[in-house]
Amino acid sequence: MRALDIKLLRDLWHLRGQALAIALVITAGVATFIMFLSTLDSLRLTQAEYYQDYRFAEVFASLKRAPQSLARRIAEIPGVERVETRVTTLVNLDIPDFPEPVTGQLVSIPDHGEPLMNKLHLRQGRIPEPGRDDEVLISVAFAEAHRFVPGDKLNAIINGKRKALTIVGTALSPEYIYQLRPGSAFPDYQRYGILWMGRTALGNAYDMDGAFNNVVLSLTTDASEKDVIDRLDDLIDPYGGRGAYSRVDQFSNRFLTEEFKQLENNARMFPVIFLGIAIFLLNVVLARMIHMQREQIAALKAFGYTNRAVALHYFKLVMVIVVLGVAAGVLAGIWLGKGMSAIYMDFFSFPFLHFQLRPQVVLSAALTSAGGALVATLFAVRAAARLRPAEAMRPEAPTQYRESFIERLGFKRFLNHPTRMIVRHILRRPVKSALTMLGIAFACGIMMTGRFQQDTVSYMMGVEYGLMQREDVSVAFFDPTSRRAQYELQSLAGVEHVEVFRSVPARLHFAHRSHRTGITGVEPGGDIQRLLDADLKPIALPAAGIVLTDYLGEMLGVGVGDTLMVEILEGTRPVREVPVVGLVKEYLGVSAYMELSALNRLLHEGPAISGAYLAVDDEYLLGLFQRFKETPRIAAVMEREQEIRNFNRTMDQTMLFITTVATTFSVVIAFGVVYNSARIALTERARELASLRVLGFTRGEIAYILLGELAVLTAFAIPIGFLVGRALCGIIALGLQSELYRVPLILEPKTYAFAATVVLIATVISALVVRRHLDRLDLIGVLKTKE
Amino acid sequence: MNATHPPLSSSDRKSVFTARGLTKIYQMGEVQVPALRGVDLELYEGEFVVLLGPSGSGKSTLLNILGGLDTPTSGTVCYGEHDLSVYNDAALTHYRREHVGFVFQFYNLIPSLTARENVALVTEIAEHPMAPEEALRLVGLGERMDHFPSQLSGGEQQRVAIARAVAKRPDVLLCDEPTGALDVKTGVLVLEVIERVNRELGTTTAVITHNAAIADMADRVIHLSNGQISEVRRNASKKSPREIVW
Repeated sequence: MRALDIKLLRDLWHLRGQALAIALVITAGVATFIMFLSTLDSLRLTQAEYYQDYRFAEVFASLKRAPQSLARRIAEIPGVERVETRVTTLVNLDIPDFPEPVTGQLVSIPDHGEPLMNKLHLRQGRIPEPGRDDEVLISVAFAEAHRFVPGDKLNAIINGKRKALTIVGTALSPEYIYQLRPGSAFPDYQRYGILWMGRTALGNAYDMDGAFNNVVLSLTTDASEKDVIDRLDDLIDPYGGRGAYSRVDQFSNRFLTEEFKQLENNARMFPVIFLGIAIFLLNVVLARMIHMQREQIAALKAFGYTNRAVALHYFKLVMVIVVLGVAAGVLAGIWLGKGMSAIYMDFFSFPFLHFQLRPQVVLSAALTSAGGALVATLFAVRAAARLRPAEAMRPEAPTQYRESFIERLGFKRFLNHPTRMIVRHILRRPVKSALTMLGIAFACGIMMTGRFQQDTVSYMMGVEYGLMQREDVSVAFFDPTSRRAQYELQSLAGVEHVEVFRSVPARLHFAHRSHRTGITGVEPGGDIQRLLDADLKPIALPAAGIVLTDYLGEMLGVGVGDTLMVEILEGTRPVREVPVVGLVKEYLGVSAYMELSALNRLLHEGPAISGAYLAVDDEYLLGLFQRFKETPRIAAVMEREQEIRNFNRTMDQTMLFITTVATTFSVVIAFGVVYNSARIALTERARELASLRVLGFTRGEIAYILLGELAVLTAFAIPIGFLVGRALCGIIALGLQSELYRVPLILEPKTYAFAATVVLIATVISALVVRRHLDRLDLIGVLKTKE
Repeated sequence: MNATHPPLSSSDRKSVFTARGLTKIYQMGEVQVPALRGVDLELYEGEFVVLLGPSGSGKSTLLNILGGLDTPTSGTVCYGEHDLSVYNDAALTHYRREHVGFVFQFYNLIPSLTARENVALVTEIAEHPMAPEEALRLVGLGERMDHFPSQLSGGEQQRVAIARAVAKRPDVLLCDEPTGALDVKTGVLVLEVIERVNRELGTTTAVITHNAAIADMADRVIHLSNGQISEVRRNASKKSPREIVW
């Protein structure tokens, strides 16, 4: 082996602590990159394959009731490939030993053979036998939540009558990847499930014999989706059509798309931040490490080694570290990516998961790291090689110490000599000190990104469920109901206060933009359900006009004073111009609000309501649930506390993993940076400190000089790190903006405390390691050699 | 000893280095510090020259320019027919690699390499080197080849540095205060090695020192003071290092 390569290996071994720390920083960056991107790729691929293999429909529509003969006319629409008519309905379920009301989504499947579209993936058991009206297939998540197995029974309130149903199997469907009870914001598999039943049996139960109330289509490749939807709307309008929509607006797909978008944003933000910081730190550390070897570089040059040969030598050294870091990062990234994909697979109820790691992903992580290292090395070696060997071998350029401005300000008499040394040393090389400080600050800031999402999300929940939706329970009716229902609810034992609402699906248009959402008509001056302005102060709802979530206003490009075209997607489907009279702050979802009677007028209807928000005495809750179960008109009952629990569970399932990984890696980075800074400082000043020992300074005194500097830098780095952390979190928040939620920049004091604590612990541990080395300084050596 | 190399007059020998009007000015912050002020000089083939002078006299600067470690501010320095003062970095690197062996006051060994490997570092890039082992035996370190610098005494380290310098069979051997960091006994040992290399290999050798006693072992002694040559003296008879006392 060549002597230079032997030097490389020995140097590496000598620097093993630091090399390991740098490699770990790279590992953290690369692993994050690979974890996110492989998860995203895998989920995308899995979704695409799932949609294709199980023939996910392309156009969807609900209506009141249409004769089966309409199906043929739908099939004649140009661009339609396949048509499947169905019967679907929400149903109240009564599950033994489960006191709360449960909502079921009943969906028909053909009596014979598979559905043409939205095919089922049978996980357990079998499909219902033809003609059996007491057999159902249920969604896997629902079955798991209740530990149902084929053969178990549950009761459904079908057309006001209680009917016992036998579970014959469990299944998954591309149509219900994301299962959300209407009106609910988060999945709750205990209180909402999908049930599939034979077409004839379900049709008979709901007076849909020879008729349908739901239709799905697939399209030919050359079809115009918009044309098909328009024509389908024309055909189903007379039958109480509720507006056909494409996959983009399909509930499960829409949520999935948003979830993927979030994941993609995370996948873009975190790796960029982590890898970016890793490379920055690599630069700082390498520059100093190579600077330390300037005499050796000079000697090599004096013997006739070319600048290229010297640069190559150090690049090789760095590449060994990079390759180690990247290799470990790829392995860790794959492992974590598989773990994260599995979590999402479970969360989304995919029947299979196709884990995909594209070579480009690995390549770009490796090239970015290697490229960053190359640049770092070149800069550092160039700086070292630019010096003429004669100069480089002299002790380093004139050290121009002078009184620091702190001393000149008159603080000098408060500083003893060792402290003056600390201050002067920091200020003598301000750029180097600043870079070290910035490195520690980045480590501190990156730590905050891991915990930021938890902080902000709990804040959002506080606003949503503490300031806006303050009901204990909300109920939704199957159909718009007379306002009399309000008094009936009011009279129930335990109900303290009732506020009613009307909600209706609508498409809002402004200029060329449009958005499908719901309009909620609420009572003016409501105390349970409140609307908030930008400062989170409750606002009064104007008597006329429409109020939008501020984000929806942005999406549509409207402000207060603009006039929206509102297309109601229910009943007579009126289209009206409505002025925007206000924007409200909402972090979750996007909505539109109107005063209740104004909405009733817009719909050309009397004082109808869709549901109510209730303030309830806790003691009566179980009794109320029992009453609601037996009330056929009530389609869904939601408990606020339960929503919050559902939310937290959803977060635990998905975010906890990201948070844990991000936090772990930021701790690794923090240690890597602080430890390296301390070690390099030790190497740089070993001779000086050993000389001081020779002069009679104690171990403690020289430790104070070196570690005091580290302490000062750390102390300044932490507040800067807080600012860096805020900035990084701000970038992440911006990236997470979506229709599902807007993330405010909220950081809890304990997040700052956590970041600061980890940095401090890293500093203390590094200091202890350095202290051990300080205690073993070679005092004789310093007398023998120069400097 | 003198039988092998009787002192010869300048005209009898081919000149290896010719310097004319050599000036070097260092910029130290806002101050210009002249290190050399118009030095004219010749070094001849096989010659053992001692550059003598107090610190700051410009002797290191002169040696560095001869060795291609530094370039003059003005003036010319020719190695044989080649003008080093117009060489760029790459050409100087090539020149050092092919022709020059350096010995530094503080040895400048690579701490992570053994004695043998430190020598190999240079022989690997030289064209007609001797084996590292041969070079180390030449300096009397045949037994300590696999020791790291930290396991060697100062004198031993300096001898490794000499072995490293001569192993490439350089045309000139430039030594900057080779005994500066050593005690007398070890210093003598090192000087013996340098003298032996000069004698046995015929390598043109220039040694910098501020120790006037060492001058007695040279063919020629060049005194520098204040950046100029103040005196050139030819020794009628060279002393062996053992005879030198300081």
